[in-house]
Amino acid sequence: MPDTLIFYALSGLAILASALVIGQRNPMYSVMLLIASFGALAGLYIQLDAPFVAVAQIVIYAGAIMVLFLFVVMLLNAPQEDAAEWDRTHPLRQGGVGRFGAMLALLLVVQLAWALMRANDVSDAVSSRGDVATVSSVREVGRGLFTDYMFAFEATSILILVAMVGAVVLARQERGQ
Amino acid sequence: MIPLDHYLIVSAILFAIGTAGVFLRKNLITILLSIEIMLNAVNLTFVAFGRSLGTVDGQIITFFVMTVAAAEAAVGLAIIIALYRHRESLNPDTFSSLKW
Amino acid sequence: MDLRFAVQLGIIGLTFFMLINASAVLVLAERKIMGFMQQRYGPYLVGPHGMLQPLADIVKLLFKEELRPKAADKWLFNLAPILSVAAAFTAFATVPWGAETTFFGLLDDPVSLGVADLNVGVLVIFAVTSMGVYGIVLAGWASNSKYSLLGGLRASAQMISYELSYATALAAVILLAGSLSVREVVDAQSGYWLGFIPRWYVFLQPVGFIIYVIAGVAETNRAPFDFPEAEQELVAGYNTEYSAVRFALFPQAEYINMATMSAVATDLYLGGWHGPFLEQYGLGWLWFLMKVGLILFTYIWVRWTVPRYRYDQLMNFGWKWLFPAAVINLIVTAALVLYFNA
Repeated sequence: MPDTLIFYALSGLAILASALVIGQRNPMYSVMLLIASFGALAGLYIQLDAPFVAVAQIVIYAGAIMVLFLFVVMLLNAPQEDAAEWDRTHPLRQGGVGRFGAMLALLLVVQLAWALMRANDVSDAVSSRGDVATVSSVREVGRGLFTDYMFAFEATSILILVAMVGAVVLARQERGQ
Repeated sequence: MIPLDHYLIVSAILFAIGTAGVFLRKNLITILLSIEIMLNAVNLTFVAFGRSLGTVDGQIITFFVMTVAAAEAAVGLAIIIALYRHRESLNPDTFSSLKW
Repeated sequence: MDLRFAVQLGIIGLTFFMLINASAVLVLAERKIMGFMQQRYGPYLVGPHGMLQPLADIVKLLFKEELRPKAADKWLFNLAPILSVAAAFTAFATVPWGAETTFFGLLDDPVSLGVADLNVGVLVIFAVTSMGVYGIVLAGWASNSKYSLLGGLRASAQMISYELSYATALAAVILLAGSLSVREVVDAQSGYWLGFIPRWYVFLQPVGFIIYVIAGVAETNRAPFDFPEAEQELVAGYNTEYSAVRFALFPQAEYINMATMSAVATDLYLGGWHGPFLEQYGLGWLWFLMKVGLILFTYIWVRWTVPRYRYDQLMNFGWKWLFPAAVINLIVTAALVLYFNA
């Protein structure tokens, strides 16, 4: 089954790249690995008959947001994460806290897996309902976006405007410094 | 065909990786990246559920998540630049005082 | 293997071959045209009229020593040129270059001339072009040199800024055609108004076309917007530390990107392979090649005519003039489409 094989390859790549993102001290490598992960996710979206989301994933995430990250990493010429800098005496900064975080993350996976086992509606094939032409059409996405989700769409545009103004104000060099 | 829960498990693992990243890393940029991983995991869930219900609503919500992620990244990175100017560091532990 | 599959594979191979050669031909054309514009001959020694000069260049670059600065980041330094070229080639994948054809009755069903025809083709072109910036930014960062870093920083800011105008200009065309498939956009431009004016979108979208071409020049980092490599200020910008084949890949990516830009402009604004006479004989792709050649000539012409701007002028122009113009163009187009279609 090539479909299944592609699915495992893509999801494996996404998980591996994401794991390496957080297992990395160099932020530059983290950004590049995250782009690889996003690419794999775009592949998964194509498998889910959502070509528009796949392309938007590449355009917005890989093409814009990650370039922004890269730009900031280069601009700050960000130092590698320095472990020795922490205040070792503070109780919250012991190495155990990190291990506790990892435990929590693992617990989350176990919980979610357990919840999935209990639900009986989720083991159907994902493409069993709805026809491909409707689900994959950009026209349908656009129609939904500008009718049912009109308010959310307009609210998002205001959010973006606010974020833009906020970013400019925050990052502006203050005079006399 | 691939069952829905496969996608959900992938999404759960990605989300957990993102959570772990926020806990484990001591670099503001990597923490922001981990948040992006979590948002993407949620996106995958939305699209997978949308496909299994045979509607495009999941894709539309994903679109909104992406725009919010873009806004979040812009503001987050601006804050990081402002913080870096003050402390010359990206370690969140150095920003422990309320006022400087 | 059936015939149809073989033909399609052949078309893909041909597209790839043409793109590789486009960069060689463009190098020669650029130097020749530059020569004539500056009242000299340009390359003249290798082959008749210097026609084999690109070949000599390639051989030279292949045999040069590959240098990598000690402080450079090994992985990203190697990855950057590969990313550049890969993105450049991939961007052409959804650009069709000829009408659907049966090759004079050879096939039962017509095949399309072009690598792939997706129903989100225009968006895919846009997505892949936006990935091209990584090659340059990584090259700038991984070289660990101040000139390269400045070049990379400039490239990222410039390409993000101009991508907006570029996409907004394209959105107006998509509105007119009502489709995201490049082939459908081209086919919406067949026929004539009043019997003699071709139905090309350049006549409906003159402002959009100009914005697209300007943003295209900035996207491909060509003069007068070649800040990432501005040789007078930054030595060679992101290229500074590269040598031999790795260096050769960057100009190659640039020329392929130029070809892609021109091909997309031809498909979306100049009616693609539609034109008088040739189309009836199944030779529409000749029109396509001629139009692409014309735009490419304009690219080179502009490069040797207009001096480089200052970097702040570039940003001011992009954000304060080009982008608002593109947005107004889009809004007016949307209003008119609504008015005439309703």
